[in-house]
This record gives sequence, structure tokens and C-alpha cells, in this order.
Amino acid sequence: MTYRVVHYINQFFAGIGGEEQAGQKPLLKEGIVGPGQALAAEFGDKATIVATVVCGDGYFAENMDEATETIIGLIASCKADAVIAGPAFNAGRYGTACGAVCTAVKDRLAIPALTAMYPENPGVDLFRKETIIVETADSARGLRKAVPPMASILLKLLEGRELGLPAEEGYLPQGLRKNLFRAEPGAERAASMLVKKLRGEPFETEYPMPVFDRVPPAPALKDLKGARIALVTSGGIVPKGNPDHIEASSASRYGEYDISGVSDLTSADYATAHGGYDPTYADGDADRVLPVDVLREMEREGIFAKLHDLFYTTVGNGTPVAMAARFGREIAVKLREAAVDAVILTST
Amino acid sequence: MVKEIERAGFPVVHMCTIIPISQTVGANRIVPTIAIPHPFGDPTKSPEEEKALRRALVEKGLKALQTEITEQTVFND
Amino acid sequence: MKLELHRLKVRRLAWGSRTAFDKGLLSIDRSALTDLLAKDGRFRSVTLDLALPGESVRIIPVKDVIEPRCKLDGPGEVFPGFIGDVETVGEGATLVLEGAAVVTCGAIVGFQEGIIDMSGPGADYTPFSKTCNLVVTFEPVDGLEKHEYEAACRMAGFRAARYLADSVRDVAAETIDTVQWPPLSEAMTAHPGLPKVAYLYMLQSQGLLHDTYLYGVDVKRILPTLVSPTEVMDGAVVSGNCVSACDKNSTYAHQNNPVIAALLARHGREINFVGCIVTNENVTLADKKRSSAAAVKLARMLGVEGLVISEEGFGNPDADLIMNCRRAEAAGIRTVLITDEFAGSDGASQSLADAAPEATAVVSVGNANARVVLPPMERVIGFPREANVIAGGFDGSMRDDGSIEVELQAITGATNELGFSRLSAVTV
Repeated sequence: MTYRVVHYINQFFAGIGGEEQAGQKPLLKEGIVGPGQALAAEFGDKATIVATVVCGDGYFAENMDEATETIIGLIASCKADAVIAGPAFNAGRYGTACGAVCTAVKDRLAIPALTAMYPENPGVDLFRKETIIVETADSARGLRKAVPPMASILLKLLEGRELGLPAEEGYLPQGLRKNLFRAEPGAERAASMLVKKLRGEPFETEYPMPVFDRVPPAPALKDLKGARIALVTSGGIVPKGNPDHIEASSASRYGEYDISGVSDLTSADYATAHGGYDPTYADGDADRVLPVDVLREMEREGIFAKLHDLFYTTVGNGTPVAMAARFGREIAVKLREAAVDAVILTST
Repeated sequence: MVKEIERAGFPVVHMCTIIPISQTVGANRIVPTIAIPHPFGDPTKSPEEEKALRRALVEKGLKALQTEITEQTVFND
Repeated sequence: MKLELHRLKVRRLAWGSRTAFDKGLLSIDRSALTDLLAKDGRFRSVTLDLALPGESVRIIPVKDVIEPRCKLDGPGEVFPGFIGDVETVGEGATLVLEGAAVVTCGAIVGFQEGIIDMSGPGADYTPFSKTCNLVVTFEPVDGLEKHEYEAACRMAGFRAARYLADSVRDVAAETIDTVQWPPLSEAMTAHPGLPKVAYLYMLQSQGLLHDTYLYGVDVKRILPTLVSPTEVMDGAVVSGNCVSACDKNSTYAHQNNPVIAALLARHGREINFVGCIVTNENVTLADKKRSSAAAVKLARMLGVEGLVISEEGFGNPDADLIMNCRRAEAAGIRTVLITDEFAGSDGASQSLADAAPEATAVVSVGNANARVVLPPMERVIGFPREANVIAGGFDGSMRDDGSIEVELQAITGATNELGFSRLSAVTV
């Protein structure tokens, strides 16, 4: 079959004009416009560019939601099987628009989409995780080289075939870790790598170390006596029976449990769901992980105003950082609504 | 989790045993605890001693929350 | 120290009236072995099954895998501290039933045991789909405390492995490998011009159910120490582990430690391999620092220029791994680390709990969060419903048609951090 492809480009590549025409609203043109010629030639009879959507870079940047909405509508009206955007080369607003359009197409129309740009285009950092971006030169002189990988990757996506490695296929790494089988077992690779490292020969690590981001410290708690303190834990303390089925490892959810009136976490009512440490001690007395008993005591003594009625818990065992970050954001919203002043987060 | 809660503006004290991980991940107020399977307890001690130990740790945590800091700080005592 | 490994290649298993070996066929006297294992009063039942490569068989929940070995000659017995005495092993002759394995199966902790598929997509991920497996399934007596249950299963696995080898000890070996391990005084001056290298062998030791034993000693109680590769081959290091199945080192993986094999293969040609430093992964920061400092001190005393460091497990042991790396690099010792990754099922998350710029050479043995669908098998040995609670399984893992969707985490040996298999990960 011949796939129906819609091409997205800006006002400049559509021949409408330069910066003075950047306010161009989205419009649909039948068939091929501008750089679509080269793409169509590369597709051969496997895919046809049925229409081209054009939008001014300035208009898109200033009206992102509205423009996206209109563009998605135009693409949907073409009964497209896939969308190809750009190449945007090193044009920042164009690259951002291409990335945003491809992401919206994937999310809302559930069809393949890809774009192409220069690695330093700001659109790369914004959208590389969401969409495939083929690497190009920094100017339109690189069009001829960009077209073959754009066409071949889009066809692979349309046919549901698996993509090879970024360097082989010509796209920018999305930052996702993907499993593969190498030629040699890990121990052999380690020994060879060590020999190279000792000889000062070049070698390639299989896992480049991540750089963790930093958050500035929040201001200190000013008034302890009047403070509402909340407890959060990654130690997996849950009501016995784990009512929300939080996974022992790689948790996909967190629990929110009411401890109003509870002055001690007893082994009759609480246990740990964590699969990464010996549960004997936490199961015997969950206060060893989540110190409710002493906090309740201090609350009674008036050292602080209130222990928050709800505690939040998950299992920090092989749980992806991205997942934990999502839990953190969601929990923070709930803590704000509950007028909590400070948080004690315990980990095992 | 600790960073996202702090990013939302709450002072957070991270009470955990393996300080290097907390430091790498980027918690700001860190209070060391006893051991991974029992951060706030010591099963070799009597329940009363254990609770006293736990109270001392929590007090340390509250003190950390009340301390202004400009960079990552481990509250050792 | 000189150790001869007398090898018989097992290609098939079958039940027989007596345990015997003939041209690749290992016949097993089912009732004699059942009786031997059932002597342990902690078991209500002991069941033996066979699982061969290519069969439509799933084994779940797997606790440990052990290679059948016994001493033919020399001091001690395999698995010292558990079988025979605590005599130093690693010298003389040891019989190896290569290609055979004892797989122990029991729902001890529930979420910490693994899955072995003998065919299908799951078989690609476990080394033990290629071995001829004698599966021993245990049910405990009512009320048996789980640490006791673990100890009973551990012992039974060693007994079965030793029984199989010992029963065919009179059969002449098909091949004999000899490993000669010199005293330090010789090793230090051997192979001038080649860099001295050691192996820093990290062992899980986080609690009663996350433990590894060295000569029967729980390694959380040791200070890092030196062992020879031949001691490891004789079962000086054994698993008592109930942690995620993908990256706990089975006893089989210790007996056949591939890092030791890779370093021995380069010994005298590219490197001068001078020793294995065994260290632990403990639960307090002081213990972690103490062990890391002592392990790197041993490496410095040996005067090595390079270290291969293998981790066991994930999460807080990442801190031990990174600490060992930083200390060694600070002492001028070049390191290569072997670890697995927990990057999320989509691979988008950070892979390790700890990190350091000094870790410039890392071998990844794969992302354990990646998911795989295991189709139904004709025969299931063990307790299939455990899939829902196994680490790496999730609520609803077991589908109505008998297939299971799990993370690789649930598959025994899938991301073995001794570098047993070819699995790895890349950034795409």
C-alpha cells in the first residue's frame, strides 16, 4: 500500500516569505510544497505526500496551543498515516514548532511523526525524548543529506519495524536506555575494557554517568510550635495487607494513609511492602522506619502543632527516578492543599 | 521525591542511612540514621532504649528543618 | 595452589534405578535423592522434576541454581562450611558435571524468587535455559520461620549438587582443566612488564535474607579478604540470597565466575592477575566505608594497577560500587565496573542510585526494568501464582491464558552482574 503522509513546514520554506511573513496562520495546501519534493522522491511509491501544512514561526511561537489545535485538525482532515516536519536545520522557532507538532500528532492522532534539525537547535532539547529527530547540518545546504534518513526512518515507523541505533539510522539519541545483546559476555567486555584503560587506549563506557540536577534549599521552618509536619517515606510502610498493592520493587504508585488517632505503628496493623531490605525489623515495629510514635508524643507535648493526618508512602526499590519525581510532585500538591509546613522524608 | 517536594517550596529533611546516595541525588537537609532495614531503631536494644534513640533522631530532624542553609548539609550532630 | 577440574559434559537427564553417568546421560535415582533431602525435618514435602533445554517448561519461583561438583582429591569438600568441614579448598581435583544444574524452588519470601523458562522469549534471558536442570521443589512444615526455610533450601541445594557429582565420581573425566595459583611472592615478580590486576568481588550482605556466605561465614561479618580463584571454583562463596532474581549471584554463577575466567584467560598475556578481593555490601554507612577502605587497602598492598569491580544487586549497593570506584581511582588504581540498570520500563530514568565522574569505564549488563511477555508453557514446575508478587512482576502479571508480563528483574540471572551473559543496554 502507499502511505498518506502530511508534511509540516514554515512560511519561509513554503515560499510565502521571510520574517515579515512569520505571522502566517496555519493553512493547508494540497500536495507537495518546497522541500517536500526531495522527500517525495525518496519515498518512491511507498508513500505519498498528500498535503502540506504551513504555519508562520512567529504565529506558532506566540499562539502555541491554538496553532497546535488548528494544525492537528488540518492533519486529521487529510486521513494521514504519518507526519513529517521540517527539516528545521538551526532555526530555533521552526525547530520548536516541528517538535511540538510531532509530539501532538503522536499523542493525539496516534500515528508516527518525525522531524529533523541541527543538534544545537533548541527544539532538540525540548522534544528529543518525545519525538524522533533526524540529525541535519545547520543550514538548508544540508537538505540533500537529511532526506534519506528521514524517509527511511518514517517508513520503518509506518511498517512497525524496529529502529536501529541512533548512529546507524541517523537520528539524535532520545536519552532512553534500551537493551540489546552484545557479541561478548559482560565479564569479557569488562576485562577487555580494563586492558584498554590500563594501556591508555580509547575505550567506550557502556553507561555514561548521569549528572543529577540540584534544587535550591527551601527556607527553614520559622515557627516549629505552630507547624504542621508531614511524614513521607520510600521505605514501603503500609497498612497490613498492602491494600493498594504497591509493588515490592519498581513501584508504579504510592499510598496515602490516614494516621489520625494512631499513636504507634504496631505489627498488628502495619508492615513494609519494600522488597529491597530484610523486612523483619520493619514488620516487627514499623516505627523503626516511620517514627509515628515519637512524633505523636512530641505533638502531645506541644513541641509542634500537628502531625499531618495523612502519610505518603512508596517503595524506593528499583523505582525509576522519573516515577519517584512524579510521586514527589503529586504529593507536594496535596501537602500544599493541606497547609503542611515541613516534611520529614525517611528512606531505608 | 525529596527534590520535587523541596522544589514546591517545603523544607524537607531526608532522614536515611546511605548518605552518599542522598548527596548524589541532591537532598539538601540530610540527617543520617541507623541502618537500612531499621533507620529509626536498633533491634539489639530494649524497646525503651530504641524509642529514646528514635526520639533523638527525630529531634535532630526537626532541628535541621529549622536551620537556614545555602547548600547541601549533612547534620551529623 | 593447583586445582584440576575434571569435567563430564551432561547433555541429558533421566530418572534411573541408580545415579549414573554414561555418554552424556546423567541418570538420577529419584527416590534415593528424595530420601536424602527429606531427612531435613523442616520440609513437609520434597519434589524432584527434570527440565531440559528447549522444553515447554516454566520453573517458578526459583531460589538458587547450583552446579553439581564434588571433591575427588585434596583437602576439604565443595561448599566448605556447609558440606564436610571448613577446610581450605581450591587444591587437588574436583569433579564438575558441566551442563547440569540443581535448581531449588520454593516460595520463601514470595517476591524475591525468580522465573526460568526453558524455551520461548524468556529463555533468551536466563543462563539456566541452556542447562539440564534437576528442579527440587520444597514445601516447609507449617509455621516454619522464613529464615529457617531459606537455610533449609540452601542446604538441600548443596546436598543435591554434591550427591549427583559424588555418585558418579568413579567415571573418568572427559576433559581436565588445570588452574595453577602461585604464592604471592612468585606472583609479584611474575610476568614483568604486564600490569598487575585484581578482582574486587562485591557480595550482597544486607540482612538475614540477603546474604552470601564465605566458608560458611555470613559475609556481612567479614572484613574484605583475599581468596584464590580456585577456592571460588570449589564453592567457597555460596548464595543465601533472596533478592531480585535478575541480579543476585546464584551459587552456580559463583562456581563459574566469568570475571575470574576472563581475567585468567588474559593472565600472562595482557595482564598479571594476582588475586580476588572479596568484599560485602552492608546496611550502615560506617560498615560501607570500612569495607570499601579495607578492600582498596588490600588492592594497594598487592600493588595492582587495575581492578574489575562487580556489584551484586542494585539500589544502595550502587553506593558501595561508587565508593569502591572513587577510592580506588583516588589511589591511582584504574577501575572497570560491572552493573545492571534500573532505568524504568521505558528506559527514560536514571539507571543507578549513585554516580561519580570517576566511573569512566562501566559495563552495563542491561536494564532490569525492561518488560517481557512470557507465553504460557505446557508444564509449570513450582507455584505459578507467585508471578504476581515476584519483584519485577506486578499486580495482574499472570494473565488468564497463563502468560506472564514481567520485568526482566523477575528472570533468574537475566542481568547477572558477574557479566555472565551478553545482555547490555545503550542510549537510543
